[in-house]
Amino acid sequence: MITIAVALSIILLLVILYLLFRIQILASIFTGSYRRDIGKSNKINAALFLIFMIVMGGLFFWSFNSAGEDMIIPIASQHGIAIDSMFWLTMAVIGFVFVLTHILLFVYSYKYQHKEGKIAYYYPHNNKLEIIWTVIPAVVMALLVFSGWKTWAKITSPAPENAVVVEVMGKQFNWLVRYPGADNKLGLVKHTLIDATNEFGIDLNDKNAQDDFPGEPSAFHVPKGQPVQLKIRSRDVIHSVFLPHFRVKMDAVPGMPTTFWFIPTKTTAEMQTETGNANFQYELACTEVCGRGHFAMKMTMIVDEPEDYQKWVAAQQQKTFATQLQQGAPADSTAAAGAVASNQ
Amino acid sequence: MSSTDISLHKDVHSGHDDHHDDHHEQSFIEKYIFSQDHKVIGKQFLFAGLFWAIIGGTFSSLFRFQLGFPEATFTFLEPILGKWVDGGKLNPEFYLALVTMHGTIMVFFVLTAGLSGTFSNFLIPLQIGARDMASGFMNMLSFWFFFLASVIMFYSIFLETGPAAGGWTVYPPLSALPQAISGSGAGMTMWLVSMALFIVSQLLGGVNYITTVINLRTRGMSMAKLPLTIWAFFLTAVLGLLAFPVLFSAALLLIFDRSFGTSFFLSDIYVAGEALTHTGGSPVLFQHLFWFLGHPEVYIVILPTFGIVSEVIATNARKPIFGYRAMIGSMLGISILSFIVWAHHMFVSGMNPFLGSVFMFLTLIIAVPSAVKVFNWLATLWRGNINFTPAMLFSVAFVSLFITGGVTGIILGNSALDIQMHDTYFVVAHFHLVMGSAAFFGMFAGVYHWFPKMFGRMIDEKLGYVHFWITFVCAYLIFMPMHYLGIAGFPRRYYTWTGFETFNKFLDMNSFITIAAIFVFFAQFIFIFNFIYSIFRGRRATENPWKSNTLEWTTPVNPGHGNWPGPLPVVYRWPYDYSKPGAPQDFIPQNVPYSQTQSSNLPYERDFE
Repeated sequence: MITIAVALSIILLLVILYLLFRIQILASIFTGSYRRDIGKSNKINAALFLIFMIVMGGLFFWSFNSAGEDMIIPIASQHGIAIDSMFWLTMAVIGFVFVLTHILLFVYSYKYQHKEGKIAYYYPHNNKLEIIWTVIPAVVMALLVFSGWKTWAKITSPAPENAVVVEVMGKQFNWLVRYPGADNKLGLVKHTLIDATNEFGIDLNDKNAQDDFPGEPSAFHVPKGQPVQLKIRSRDVIHSVFLPHFRVKMDAVPGMPTTFWFIPTKTTAEMQTETGNANFQYELACTEVCGRGHFAMKMTMIVDEPEDYQKWVAAQQQKTFATQLQQGAPADSTAAAGAVASNQ
Repeated sequence: MSSTDISLHKDVHSGHDDHHDDHHEQSFIEKYIFSQDHKVIGKQFLFAGLFWAIIGGTFSSLFRFQLGFPEATFTFLEPILGKWVDGGKLNPEFYLALVTMHGTIMVFFVLTAGLSGTFSNFLIPLQIGARDMASGFMNMLSFWFFFLASVIMFYSIFLETGPAAGGWTVYPPLSALPQAISGSGAGMTMWLVSMALFIVSQLLGGVNYITTVINLRTRGMSMAKLPLTIWAFFLTAVLGLLAFPVLFSAALLLIFDRSFGTSFFLSDIYVAGEALTHTGGSPVLFQHLFWFLGHPEVYIVILPTFGIVSEVIATNARKPIFGYRAMIGSMLGISILSFIVWAHHMFVSGMNPFLGSVFMFLTLIIAVPSAVKVFNWLATLWRGNINFTPAMLFSVAFVSLFITGGVTGIILGNSALDIQMHDTYFVVAHFHLVMGSAAFFGMFAGVYHWFPKMFGRMIDEKLGYVHFWITFVCAYLIFMPMHYLGIAGFPRRYYTWTGFETFNKFLDMNSFITIAAIFVFFAQFIFIFNFIYSIFRGRRATENPWKSNTLEWTTPVNPGHGNWPGPLPVVYRWPYDYSKPGAPQDFIPQNVPYSQTQSSNLPYERDFE
């Protein structure tokens, strides 16, 4: 019943709109504006451009300001500071261009609207002007390119020798983390060895794999103030590691390991004080569409003081993959043991 | 070639009972369905484009509803969506399918086929003074290949496993493995088949556009006297001809990987409890191939509107376009550069960082010709005598949207800044403004401007104004706040953000964007109504309602097959002699010889008298 009423009222509304449209046409035929080339509506449209500029411009500045606090994610890495300062510098440059060109666009539209008897200025070209406004953007772009190169080269340079290595592997639909253990070398993996218990496909015949240990299921730890190198891979489709607070993003590609290194500058506890949020956690998100659960691929990264981190590592080192798989009773998996033995 | 066919239909709408003494009668099917007339084919592309735009817009309303109101129930959509509504909730895989199809439809079917197909077909012969395209038959095939591609893509929407759902960029392995997402089953197969046919259509059309522009220009129409529209369509066709075959090869290799067990893009995969035998392939290879088309593609979308907007702005500002040669030069520059910037979509794909620095450099160069274009449009408005037709409103707004969307490209093209912004809403805001909204605005400008030539009637201006202002305001209300979401790190293609504390804010802003998006979607029906109503009931047009200089306005109100009833017009001058000092009127059409305009000829033009 309600559906019919809604449908009826929509139809009635459309009929009314149609009638208004017809009346508008008849009225304009009657007043003669239907035949006139350029009428009052030209003035209205010109004025509307000016009003648009003022109202929408105001709305933009107001909303940008009020979104400001929520918009800016606190920075927790060293290179993040460089990225953000360059971001806001570029924003200032483009903001200036944006405002300037829009003022010209809308003011010209208003000022040079049609007037009876006026003749436009025949002005087909001016080489000097054109050279000026080719060269200026070119110089500005060159400066931006140079500063971009510098930052980019620094960020993507090879990780320092002493970096803490952490492997992050994406799969549908969660992240798994592996640490290299005391030798600081990750053991070999093969995708054919993967099963319900050996989720990484670790080859236990490899010496380097013996002391590898996993992170906790939903969180992993890194130390503050030391270079951390993420070795990133995927075992099914493309995922992408995104740590928004660290300005870190790198795709996880099946068959092609990638890497990203950074230096965390604030522990989780420090960030909890800074943001005034006692439950604050650094989150890792997936930013390459990977299927149904793409929006839920979350993991927590905990940044510890170096000494706390060492303590955590010491505690974890007992729980290597090797012991878990050989005992056939992994700490965080209920899968059957038989499958593991066959991998040996 | 149809250059001998000069019959003239006085009124194409009066059916097929007109009598012609010099030509056989065409049946309804020959005239309106399997037509070889470029004007009819152009309109066919326009109607098909409008149809797809409505579908693509509907999809965006659906997923915007999910994003704006993540707690809402979708039970009321169950009659339409069936099992894709799961306990009142939109299925997350269906959400991805909607996003994927929205992108595919808008980029390829609306803004490539609907835009180039309509205006290149309709305007190239009319503006260069030709009877028809170089090959009418190939032109007809171009539309019907597109039609076939459309039918297949449309059908895939109704598959039980859903249409393709791996994003419009269809990156493998996701798009190659039905185990990974159900849309990669039959839906993806149909996507690939449809795109292959689509590419055939584009190539048939492109060859035709290029040949026609090079060979069939009327006497006097040198390349330096072409309207900027034709330059734009010409360069667009060249880009398409060079770029689309690469997508074809990528699609072909993907078909091999999916169906014949090859490993071009697949390696070391364990999915759905099973290790696959594929080895040695590279998913990044696909990205290189895809973006080698994908980046020229965004210029295939935007270049035609550069031409349309230049033409509309010059005509309605009653001024010559400022820097005609610089406009051509910048389009040439953009076209060439568009082929060597593709990897800026892949800064964080894992490719060598050194490549990133090269592509950052090349990408930021594009800002220069783009800036030149904007400044030249502004200089064209300066001291003009502007007539705000709906087409002009859309053109001015086009410049605004192009600036707003374009400047953020400087951030995204910088590989260091792209680390944070990549695949966030900042990117979504950027390209929806610069190539989505802007291209749509250019397309609207073209439809409003050439409607009288297409249908012999005027489209209603007042409704055009209402349509314009709602659309312009909403375009900004939707995409401006998306920059804020992007700076806050919101990732793209998320079904909901509420699971993350980092992204669990701006709920109101998302609802606001959604309301604006759905509102502006419904406002487009004002245009649809105006369009259809005016085809049948609009005020009758005159031959040259905008007092324009280009050749299409020298044809009869309803140009027949062959376009000009008598001999072809001869061209003497460039198309932008507006408000020339000393001329009696504020425009001098291209076919007026200098001998008739002695009062307004410039010193160097005296030689041509």
